[in-house]
Amino acid sequence: MSTLPFDPLLAAIFAPLAVALAIACGLPKRFSVKLAYVGFGLPLLLALHVWFYYGTAAQTHGYAFLTSYSTGLDGLGIGLKLGLNGISLPLFVLAGIVGFAAGLYAIQSGAERLKIYLMLLLVMQGGLMGVFASVDIFFFYFFHELALIPTFIMVGIWGGRDRNYAAMKLTIYLTLGAMLSLIGLIALYVKSGAHSFDLIELRRVIAAQPLEVTVQHNIFGLLALGFGILVSLWPLHTWAPLGYGAAPSSAAMLHAGVLKKFGLYGLIQIALPLLPAGLIHWSHPLAWLAVVGNVLVIGFVTIAQRDLKQMVGYSSVMHMGYAFLGIAAGSTLGVGGVVLLMVAHGLSVALMFLLTTSVYHRTHTFALDEMGGLAQKAPVLSALFVAATFAGIGLPGFANFWGELTIFVALWKFSPLITILAVAGVVISAVYGLRAAARVFFGPATPEFAKIAAEHPVSDLRWSERLPALILLAALMFIGFWPKSLSTALDATLTPAPAAQVGAVK
Amino acid sequence: MDISVLQTLASRNLWGAITPEILLGGLALVLLVIELLFPKEHGRIVPVAALVGLVTILGGVLFNAPSAYLNQETFNGLLVHTHGGQVMRVFFLLAAIMVCVIARVSLAKQTLPRVEFYHIVLVVTAAMMLLAQSNHLVLFFVALETVTIGLYILVSYYRTSLTLEAGLKYLVMGALSSSLMLFGIVLLYGVAGNPALPAHTAQSMHYGQLAAFLAANPHNFLASIGIVLVLAGVAFKIGAFPFQIWVPDVYQGAPTPVTAFLAVSSKAVGFTALLALAGTVFASYAWLVAPVLTFFAATTLLFGNFAALTQHNVKRLIGLSGVSHAGFLLLGVAAVSRAPMAVGAIYFYLFAYLLASFAVFGVMAHVAGANDADQELDHYAGLAKDRPFLALVLALGLGSLAGIPPLVGFMGKLFIFIAAFQAGLYGLLAIAVIGVVVSIYYYFGWIKAAFFETWGKSADAPAHPARTPVDFVTGFALSALALAVVVLGFYQGPLGVWLSAR
Repeated sequence: MSTLPFDPLLAAIFAPLAVALAIACGLPKRFSVKLAYVGFGLPLLLALHVWFYYGTAAQTHGYAFLTSYSTGLDGLGIGLKLGLNGISLPLFVLAGIVGFAAGLYAIQSGAERLKIYLMLLLVMQGGLMGVFASVDIFFFYFFHELALIPTFIMVGIWGGRDRNYAAMKLTIYLTLGAMLSLIGLIALYVKSGAHSFDLIELRRVIAAQPLEVTVQHNIFGLLALGFGILVSLWPLHTWAPLGYGAAPSSAAMLHAGVLKKFGLYGLIQIALPLLPAGLIHWSHPLAWLAVVGNVLVIGFVTIAQRDLKQMVGYSSVMHMGYAFLGIAAGSTLGVGGVVLLMVAHGLSVALMFLLTTSVYHRTHTFALDEMGGLAQKAPVLSALFVAATFAGIGLPGFANFWGELTIFVALWKFSPLITILAVAGVVISAVYGLRAAARVFFGPATPEFAKIAAEHPVSDLRWSERLPALILLAALMFIGFWPKSLSTALDATLTPAPAAQVGAVK
Repeated sequence: MDISVLQTLASRNLWGAITPEILLGGLALVLLVIELLFPKEHGRIVPVAALVGLVTILGGVLFNAPSAYLNQETFNGLLVHTHGGQVMRVFFLLAAIMVCVIARVSLAKQTLPRVEFYHIVLVVTAAMMLLAQSNHLVLFFVALETVTIGLYILVSYYRTSLTLEAGLKYLVMGALSSSLMLFGIVLLYGVAGNPALPAHTAQSMHYGQLAAFLAANPHNFLASIGIVLVLAGVAFKIGAFPFQIWVPDVYQGAPTPVTAFLAVSSKAVGFTALLALAGTVFASYAWLVAPVLTFFAATTLLFGNFAALTQHNVKRLIGLSGVSHAGFLLLGVAAVSRAPMAVGAIYFYLFAYLLASFAVFGVMAHVAGANDADQELDHYAGLAKDRPFLALVLALGLGSLAGIPPLVGFMGKLFIFIAAFQAGLYGLLAIAVIGVVVSIYYYFGWIKAAFFETWGKSADAPAHPARTPVDFVTGFALSALALAVVVLGFYQGPLGVWLSAR
């Protein structure tokens, strides 16, 4: 049983926000950096704490650590209600780990105007912890937006190539997605008759009186479209590679790693249990869109990339296809696989963005054709990069393996044809992943790289870069070797609800 | 008529009920006296006196809330003191305070008499407060004309060619709309006094009597023409399509504090009138009012947002974005008949709009040069570097106007959307979503101009005018606005309870 004298979830949300506020109030740079360690570290410690104690914590309505606070809108059924269930726990932990790694990487990055950069990252971190700790779907949305705004600003100010265009495109696409999903959530609020955004209350009301089938179809369609844009469902994905290509590394790590999972999480936590008929109605279009669009089309597009960071961005779009497939499959196994994949992908894509930036600092280019032979000069970097590539492909030993495997198993019952196409995607990701690793690190150095290496002496990863990378890799392998650490809680939460209601799909 | 009738009539004149308005009128006169007594220093004293007076009156109104006259008709039914009226009183007082704060900054860049400006602002504010509590079409029209005539003078206050052009446009369009509305009122008056019709009444300007008459004759042809004309007149005030054509030119030409006054108070006047008329008096004509409002809301949302996309002058931009805000509010008004929470949502939206708009206008007054009409987006280049405080206030204000969480503007939009969904206005909601996404583009463009240096940094980019330093009073007011924009986004607490009370 947790014995903290305060609410760990609230503290994990507000510690980074408080540090951000302190930095905004004009704290000197030295203290700002020191305090930023606290701001990124505390959520991680608290996340590990709740992970450890989750099994023994008291459960209310299927949630552990449940607390609620009034924000003066109780009359409208809006209140800050925090709690974790088996679906949100893994993502809460993911947010803590990736946030800490991204924070460490940002602190050592020596970016211009580092204080403001750290401040924005801290706001993002606070929002991320809030997204997955909220039981109230209004605050779930609210914290997502809180984390999203700093992304736009960071892309606009610290971004790389085409940052203005990328920031604008990112903002418009993601606002559209967010607005559509907001209307979907309002539709749930009104149509369910619950007049409450509290997920527990919504579940209770809808269990007593399920929504009409057509209403379910419409709301699910709205949510799938809105969340789909946020998760870069093909063909609404074009913001993602562009945005990630331009985003500064820590922002890309947090967004691609954690924030993007908001949409999938929303579908699993909200849409699946509340709108089972909607899922049945939309599962085939969704699955085909995901397998043909995200997995195959984007897979081939990824192979064609000549720019390392764009390639990582596209590969992240591609992997989201598997997640949509798992959701379309709908069974406990499939949805559980999606949650595992979300965690695994979050860790591995964050690691990938981190290493890509570290590569860039040594090669001064993202162009794959101008690299080669980096392994001789930076063996640790190349070892980590190859490990991250293996994780991305989904080799056993890494968390990604369990996610993809369970999704494929669940998918076979849904549609063998789609499964075959989806498995082909693994080959595609092996092709581009291994080819990129080979291009960057092995073989003789290209003339361009030799020239750059002569001008800027190439060193291996510094410890300040290694540490965040190792944290991410360790988490990947820990879950890879011991998936039960997440799946026990996940199973307990998923089994009663979707399996009973979505059983018709099987 | 013997004297006792007059006595009974006079005994219903509860002057205490309009103490704040009387005090405002008195304060306006005091300002004129100050100019006579201190001919040299009145430039400094008058704004301070106006501000102190306004804050005191606001304090008084808040301290005496709820008013002793709540839910009571006074002056023989000319006024009714509802909770909504109290809310709007506070709203107009807050707006007047902010107009005076911005005027201090903006007028300092001109060589013009000061006193008259503050005088007119106070008188107009008093008229707005009366209008928010009017219960009779005569008082409604007289108060509205007081507001409009005061604004005619304020709009052309700077006497430059653009300002005079703006003043003339506002005058012509205002006169047109007033005459439309007057014609509508006369039609309603005439038809409601027709003895051949059921429930005819001699008191047909009184809201309650008129509503009773309309309920008894739900399909009268003349009455429906009157209703449409009155709504058209109100649509001019709020800048709803197709009565928005004056907005960009007048907003650009008018002095910045007057633009703010037009954008916030004058728009809010229109919406209080619309709530009172469309929501209650014309309730039995929903078959007519609902499609008219739906048309207004849909076209206003689309026009405001798409027209604002191409603007480079920030005053025109904020004017057209204000048109789109009128569209969001109209969405709320359209929902009133079927979703009771819409009234509270509209009040909340108005307050959110007030806070954010004045934050933006406050920054605009500092960035503007001597030529007040010439405020381009390019002038904001590098604002974040030179004046981080102003840039932060600007970003919060614009973010809130765009409806980005966690700022208060988002909560306003959320409440309106929930109300609209409850009322089943799905088509309008879809248009509103398009509107929000489009609006992100131009608000973001402005924030980009202030924050991301690369914007507009071509070789021949015009140098921006010198930026006024922020003094204590303005700094305090802007900080308070910025803080309110953030805090009310997180925690609506007392405000939410107060606004949704009946």
